[in-house]
Amino acid sequence: MRYSAFRVIAEALTGHRGWTPVWRDPEPQADYDYIIIGGGGHGLATAYYLAKEFGQKRIAVLEKGYLGGGNVGRNTTIIRSNYLLDGNEPFYEFSLKLWEGLEQDFNYNAMVSQRGIINLIHTDAQRDAFTRRGNAMILNGADAELLDREQVRAMYPWLNFDNARFPIKGALMQRRGGTVRHDAVAWGYARGADMRGVDLIQNCEVTGMRIERGRILGVETTRGFIGARTVGVAVAGSSSKVMAQAGLRLPIESHVLQAFVSEGLKPFIDGVMTFGAGHFYVSQSDKGGLVFGGDIDGYNSYAQRGNLPVIEDVAEGGMALMPAIGRARLLRTWGGIMDMSMDGSPIIDRTPVEGLYFNGGWCYGGFKATPASGWCFAHLLARDEPHPTARAYRFDRFLKGLMIDEKGQGATPNLH
Amino acid sequence: MSRSHRIAGGQIDRTSTIRFSFDGLPYTGHPGDTLASALLANGVRLMGRSFKYHRPRGPLSAGSEEPNALVQLRTGARQEPNSRATVAELFDGLTATSQNAWPSLRLDAMALNDRLSTFFAAGFYYKTFMWPAAFWEKVYEPMIRRAAGLGRLTREEDPDSYDKGFLHCDLLVIGAGPAGLMAALTAGRAGARVILADEDFRMGGRLNSERFEIGGQPGADWAAGAVAELAQLPTVRLMSRTTVIGAFDHGIYGAVERVSDHLPEPPPGKPRQTLWRIYSRRAILAGGATERPIAFENNDRPGIMLAGSLRAYANRWAVAAGDRVAIFTNNEDGLRTATDLHAKGVDVVAVIDARADGPLLPGIRHLRGAEVIDTRGRLGLTSITIRQANGRTETLRASALGVSGGWNPNVNISSHHRARPVWDEAILSFVPGKAGPPGLSAAGAAAGRLSTHGALASGQTEALAALADLGRASRAQPLPEAEDAPVSITPKWYVAGGKGRAWIDPQNDVTVKDVKLAHQENFTSVEHLKRYTTLGMATDQGKTGNVLGLAIMAGLTGRTIPETGTTIYRPPYTPVAMGTLAGRSRGKEFKPTRLTPSHAWAEEQGAVFVEVGQWLRTQWIPRPGETHWRESVDREVLATRRSVGICDVTTLGKIDIQGTDAGAFLDRVYANTFSTLPVGKCRYGLMLREDGIVFDDGTTARLGEHEYVMTTTTANAVAVFRHLEFCRQVLWPGMDVQLISTTEAWAQFSVAGPNARRLLERIVDQDISDAAFPYLAAGNITVGGLRARLFRISFSGELAYEIAVPARYGDALIRRLVEEGRTFDAVVYGTEALGVMRVEKGHVAGNELNGQSTALNMGLGKMVSRKKDSIGMVLSGREGMMDPGGYRLVGVKPVAPDGKLTAGSHFLDIGAAAVMENDGGWLTSKVYSPHLGSDIALGYLKAGDRRIGERMRAVNLLAGTDTEVEIVSPHFFDPEGERLRG
Amino acid sequence: MIIDHPILGPRDAQEFVYLGDASLMNRPDGLSDGIGAFHDYLYNRANPVGEHRELWYHEQGDRSWLVVTRNTLTHEITKVELARDVARASGRSR
Repeated sequence: MRYSAFRVIAEALTGHRGWTPVWRDPEPQADYDYIIIGGGGHGLATAYYLAKEFGQKRIAVLEKGYLGGGNVGRNTTIIRSNYLLDGNEPFYEFSLKLWEGLEQDFNYNAMVSQRGIINLIHTDAQRDAFTRRGNAMILNGADAELLDREQVRAMYPWLNFDNARFPIKGALMQRRGGTVRHDAVAWGYARGADMRGVDLIQNCEVTGMRIERGRILGVETTRGFIGARTVGVAVAGSSSKVMAQAGLRLPIESHVLQAFVSEGLKPFIDGVMTFGAGHFYVSQSDKGGLVFGGDIDGYNSYAQRGNLPVIEDVAEGGMALMPAIGRARLLRTWGGIMDMSMDGSPIIDRTPVEGLYFNGGWCYGGFKATPASGWCFAHLLARDEPHPTARAYRFDRFLKGLMIDEKGQGATPNLH
Repeated sequence: MSRSHRIAGGQIDRTSTIRFSFDGLPYTGHPGDTLASALLANGVRLMGRSFKYHRPRGPLSAGSEEPNALVQLRTGARQEPNSRATVAELFDGLTATSQNAWPSLRLDAMALNDRLSTFFAAGFYYKTFMWPAAFWEKVYEPMIRRAAGLGRLTREEDPDSYDKGFLHCDLLVIGAGPAGLMAALTAGRAGARVILADEDFRMGGRLNSERFEIGGQPGADWAAGAVAELAQLPTVRLMSRTTVIGAFDHGIYGAVERVSDHLPEPPPGKPRQTLWRIYSRRAILAGGATERPIAFENNDRPGIMLAGSLRAYANRWAVAAGDRVAIFTNNEDGLRTATDLHAKGVDVVAVIDARADGPLLPGIRHLRGAEVIDTRGRLGLTSITIRQANGRTETLRASALGVSGGWNPNVNISSHHRARPVWDEAILSFVPGKAGPPGLSAAGAAAGRLSTHGALASGQTEALAALADLGRASRAQPLPEAEDAPVSITPKWYVAGGKGRAWIDPQNDVTVKDVKLAHQENFTSVEHLKRYTTLGMATDQGKTGNVLGLAIMAGLTGRTIPETGTTIYRPPYTPVAMGTLAGRSRGKEFKPTRLTPSHAWAEEQGAVFVEVGQWLRTQWIPRPGETHWRESVDREVLATRRSVGICDVTTLGKIDIQGTDAGAFLDRVYANTFSTLPVGKCRYGLMLREDGIVFDDGTTARLGEHEYVMTTTTANAVAVFRHLEFCRQVLWPGMDVQLISTTEAWAQFSVAGPNARRLLERIVDQDISDAAFPYLAAGNITVGGLRARLFRISFSGELAYEIAVPARYGDALIRRLVEEGRTFDAVVYGTEALGVMRVEKGHVAGNELNGQSTALNMGLGKMVSRKKDSIGMVLSGREGMMDPGGYRLVGVKPVAPDGKLTAGSHFLDIGAAAVMENDGGWLTSKVYSPHLGSDIALGYLKAGDRRIGERMRAVNLLAGTDTEVEIVSPHFFDPEGERLRG
Repeated sequence: MIIDHPILGPRDAQEFVYLGDASLMNRPDGLSDGIGAFHDYLYNRANPVGEHRELWYHEQGDRSWLVVTRNTLTHEITKVELARDVARASGRSR
């Protein structure tokens, strides 16, 4: 079924009787050409592009819970391509371009909204670093602007300009950055994949991998063995757990990142803002909630919940930046499990097991990467060679000393 | 405004009158009132508008679960959006206004959405607004954003202050209803340290809203007596107006105390609210239960509320919410509202009881097997239409309707560790699951024990269990007599058959139809249901409606409710003001401010300061007549190079390292060698991370055979010390080496320039001639007899020293240096001049030590000794880091002397297009060199060591500048180092 | 969270800085082991669901490095040791 304004009106006038299931709930078949483990944003996008762009068939997505229940369903919805390093920026710019055409591509309104993102500048050294970054972005075909203090003030006059511990001196802006309705991304990809014959199998947890003579033959699941020629793992947050089934240790730690939303408010913040000196970032959803976050809690965790010190720390950053939000109320906090990699950048690569491919290590940059991650992983699965923009995301970059370390923190995942 | 709806009784103080206003109209109430009870007493039922359809709404509840009666409380900078009228305590002068309505609450233009509701079914926006693509940001979304949201934030700074506090206890009791009071009494009498916290301003929970008797006295009196006894117990702390917001790890709970919200403004010195972090050994959740409605057509009109809330308004606040009242219930508790209101003389027109069988209430029209199928009254209920067991429909005039669909135990906090609540068929509700936060148990209604006796009994039982866990044996005491009525409930989630809308989540306007549509489109998992329809995502977080929604979904899918499952609750229990969570960490107090020893002196000179981490450092010190910062900085640089300059370098990290293995230890942590350093000398040290990237640099001096003092960069002082402790304790625990951070212990000044020695000779007690104290000498000295340290090191390229005295003498020393320096026209320079001189000398600093660069990148590759094991030595040799084409530190000069450079510009070859393939690297640091009379810069350039002397471009695409530059050695000034040995 | 410091008793985890898996104690020898050994030591992690031995540093306290045994799913802490003792017991010296 194709969605359109016309369809919405027609259905409204006929009692909404014509809407059909957005995806089927098929029983798993005995074997597939491709199994994607993980029905989150990246897994669903991979299946979608594998079917649509790479013409592949006999594809299944296995999801232990419900579709879109991973980090695509629990992030702060920001898209941007304001990266610095050669290994990252072309990939994220590719992703941003895919976002820009996504809704027309999969015929689902994911509310891709390019209201702009600013990274505030507080020191001269930060301005130097953002100048370097902004130039790298433009060299890679992205957009970037350096704003001075007065330009920032004109945008958000109620920021703390006059009594700040860390004065605002300007900002790096990417106008094409913005937000997307996160759940709708999962649903749009799921619907698009399902329409192209992909079997989306929910409540199907992978419990083991059948590997013989170094080659994958399929996966054991809570719904029985399912064979496959090619298996792609896209389970960020649980990567180490799933890949341990293939006997692999990863350059990844799992950490909890909390996110926050306030009660609904009339429009207050138009775009996205990051406050590096305060470890705080914020945007406002179309529903009116301020959506914000800060640092990860900082210790290995699979608990999907965090602790009070980080909640306080994030609120402190918010109040330091925006003294007018003192009487806005925090409505809800939640936690997601991040695949924190050793250099803060992801991995999309083959594994030592033939036919087994890995996609993970997204840290907290995974949501904005969803379209390109799906596309590049599909490319790797279908052609057994990396997509040009994802070439750097190899396992052996650590062995070869080719880390992609945007923050310069080294092998300390909780600092990326 | 109509006549007063006050009836007899209640817990309000009628001897005192409070004046307040709502939407500009004046009203009166009494102490003990909430804004909602006082408005209802004044005959005002319409208090808000819903989120999506802008439906007129009155209070659904009498508590913190309220989804409808949200108002903007107070005015000016204290205006507080989305405040629940049902829990806002009345105070004299309270001003409230309605929100999310224009032009007025009664005439809201956006109510057009209600007329068009068929077009706004769940998820409609995912299916449209896609064409043309550019219209989303320009047309559709701005329209949606303007319409969305609830209340409005003023853009003014919150004028109130907030506090944080820490409490410790044996037992935290959450909720002061019958279960919580009994638990607190049991534990408090046994001598345990107890905290009893309750969100209400009056403890007692439902006892304040019921006519039950406990031990032969009214329940509210029993509660008051219990509170009075608890107040006398020395180990019990009573915290009313305190909401426990979340259960965190290891028995830590967060709680918000509303210290001053019941007052016009906080008294002087008092915060508005306090965030408490409560450390408990055990906790009991006695947070009661929340009633839920039944969905039927037009069940959202002002005047329709939860039956228990209707009863609470009558019993506690002496308000009859309507003159003709009806009750719709599927359980025994709904009947209590009818009997209580009837007893108070309110006209109860009918009790519509979904249960088919059972005795009838005496003296009240009690219809068994009946249901409410529709209602009327746009801005307030006027009539209800009912269908009796025999199918006959009837319309009854009514201005209030109490609805009871059963009670949901407030399991929220028990699921904060993601434990799933479990279904209890007896009460048709979820109760706390087993795997809740360790140490937390539930009692009373929160545990599904819905009778008063059950609450008292389980409160005592759980407290005894907690005491046993705490090692305090105690025995059960006889419980006071209390009602123990069965729940007697029949499943009734919604009234089927109608064509109109029946609300489940009133604030977000989620109706039964939306759930059906979600089912039709296969959004059948509870998480999909929530996310697709927005069920449970309003400011009440689904406290009243969630169970309804999933029960309806269960019915549609043919699964049981336990099979369907439930979403879980996350902190906070009720929304918390951002100001409270931030406390006093805002404005200038956001982070601590560290001041250098010369700060007071510099302030007297009118210095300009700059934030360097938490430090404030002198950036430059303008002199009269200087109008541009460059004038000051140029002067400071030139004066230093001409004669002598003084700079406070206290912020550099200082670590004393002692022990027989101190030298060997330094050899491990530095890439270069220190064990061979002679006593009395210092050496530049390069420290790598284990991954071979440069971590930090600085000079380390050997003051004795087994005694070194290390300096680190300002930025890494803390991280380096932590790392050294890791090496010492974890990697090489057998080494005899001790560390202490002395960053704050010593005030340290750089004295640089041709006259540096002559100036210092007037200060120090020792001979510091070049022979006695040559380049790179270091040692303990005295200044006027006081112990001090002197290092002959230079960051500026000049003859230079760093002199350190105990921090408390730092102020005296800067004044002495300045005084003695007059002879030499000495200048005190700040971080800008420091930066100019270090770039002129080609020294790396923060912009080059970016955590991404190797020693090789910095031109220091030879410093990494391969003859010994050191942190980072092995991995610095990985192929990708040894690439001859990799970045190398270079100097950059504009070809035209007046050419401008910008740090962050990228290198491009002449004629090359501005695309990434042609990127050569970037300018890391740029200064204006008054010595050379032009901008100069350092940069990382690919294979830069082989490109010295070439011409390239430094391009800043952000500013549109493109400057031809010459690649030069990074040592712009005195490359032979003759001056610093002078 | 609360960490029961072996010397100082229960302290709020906020006083500590986290490093990671206690295997970071098992540093290879730079003169005898090569890039492969260091790569595995520094970058690869078991990252278990469940019991995890990990290094914490009491930065706002006595500067002890601790080995904390903590469950990554429940956050329950079952053991806290001085890292120096654990390192010595595992044969590390100088």
